[in-house]
Amino acid sequence: MIEAVNITLLLILTFAAFSVAFWLYSSSKSRPIIHSLSHPLVTAPLIVSTVLFCTDINYQQYREANQPLFFLLGTATVALAIPLHQQFHNIRSLAKPLLVTLLFGASFAVIIALITAWLLGASMDTLISVTPKSVTTPIALGIAEKIGGQPSLTAGIVVFTGVVGAIFGPVLFHRMGIRDDRIKGFVLGICAHGVGTARAFEISGKCGAFASLGLGLTGAVTAIILPWLVISFLK
Amino acid sequence: MLRGLLTLLLFQGIGEAAVYFSGAPIPGPVVGMLLLFLALQLSRIELPVWLGEAGHFLIRWLSLMFIPACVGFFFLSSIETNQWLAVAGVILLATLITMMATAFLMALLLKKSLKSEADNQ
Repeated sequence: MIEAVNITLLLILTFAAFSVAFWLYSSSKSRPIIHSLSHPLVTAPLIVSTVLFCTDINYQQYREANQPLFFLLGTATVALAIPLHQQFHNIRSLAKPLLVTLLFGASFAVIIALITAWLLGASMDTLISVTPKSVTTPIALGIAEKIGGQPSLTAGIVVFTGVVGAIFGPVLFHRMGIRDDRIKGFVLGICAHGVGTARAFEISGKCGAFASLGLGLTGAVTAIILPWLVISFLK
Repeated sequence: MLRGLLTLLLFQGIGEAAVYFSGAPIPGPVVGMLLLFLALQLSRIELPVWLGEAGHFLIRWLSLMFIPACVGFFFLSSIETNQWLAVAGVILLATLITMMATAFLMALLLKKSLKSEADNQ
């Protein structure tokens, strides 16, 4: 009985934090940088974590109560096929530049992550755990397990890479003078996976479709090349 | 809407089953997404309104579904203290450098393909 109350309360916590975060986000539209930084993916987890810390509830308990949202994330992933289908005429004519960008982005992400981590004094264990950082969480976990990283560390890094990409990506594009939604979307999908894709759909449907494509393809490419790369260079 | 959700769940289930039986290291929903995409492309019919509605509803609230996973980052205990700098550096620096380089390359390639198209005409 009390168990059911707890589960409901922890689910309500997520929805309530999201509602507050969403309100903050939409009321700061006039200031671009504050607007980007107050994205619900930054503020809502902060609110939830603060509440969990203060009430001494452990993450495992919160995670179990929010299982329905993890499941729905899968259903939403399937739904990404719809914008992909609607925008396919735009995508097919760009097959070559998209493929080159994808192969470059997916491998560059791994190489830069390794170099940065190494320069900052990462241990071998951390090095291996950071490599799949641009891939969507479930694929990254599969890869980390295969190449011998720490799954919980990988999951954390992957999620936050997505958040950083989704928050700073649009600011970066603005500074670089990139206005093309196809570029914004595809880069967000390649570098910031699902979180970046969620952000891309806020920009436009076209942007979201290109992000969905980048997300799906990067997952597949990285899953194939990364185990090979790690085995040949790190071990 | 209801029929749309049912269709999405069906493809999610097929994707999960395909991964379970083949042992492929890909998540089930990604396989489900690819199969639904193929089905839509091959069927050659207009996208049903009920499917579009259900899909766009879920995609609109995608950020909400990521929140429980994001919260997990604040509860990571497996990182040794001397590794935090490297982890933070990778998340911030490496991500931004990669995005900049990838966006730059794609802009260049699109400009080039636009130019060659114009030359052909």
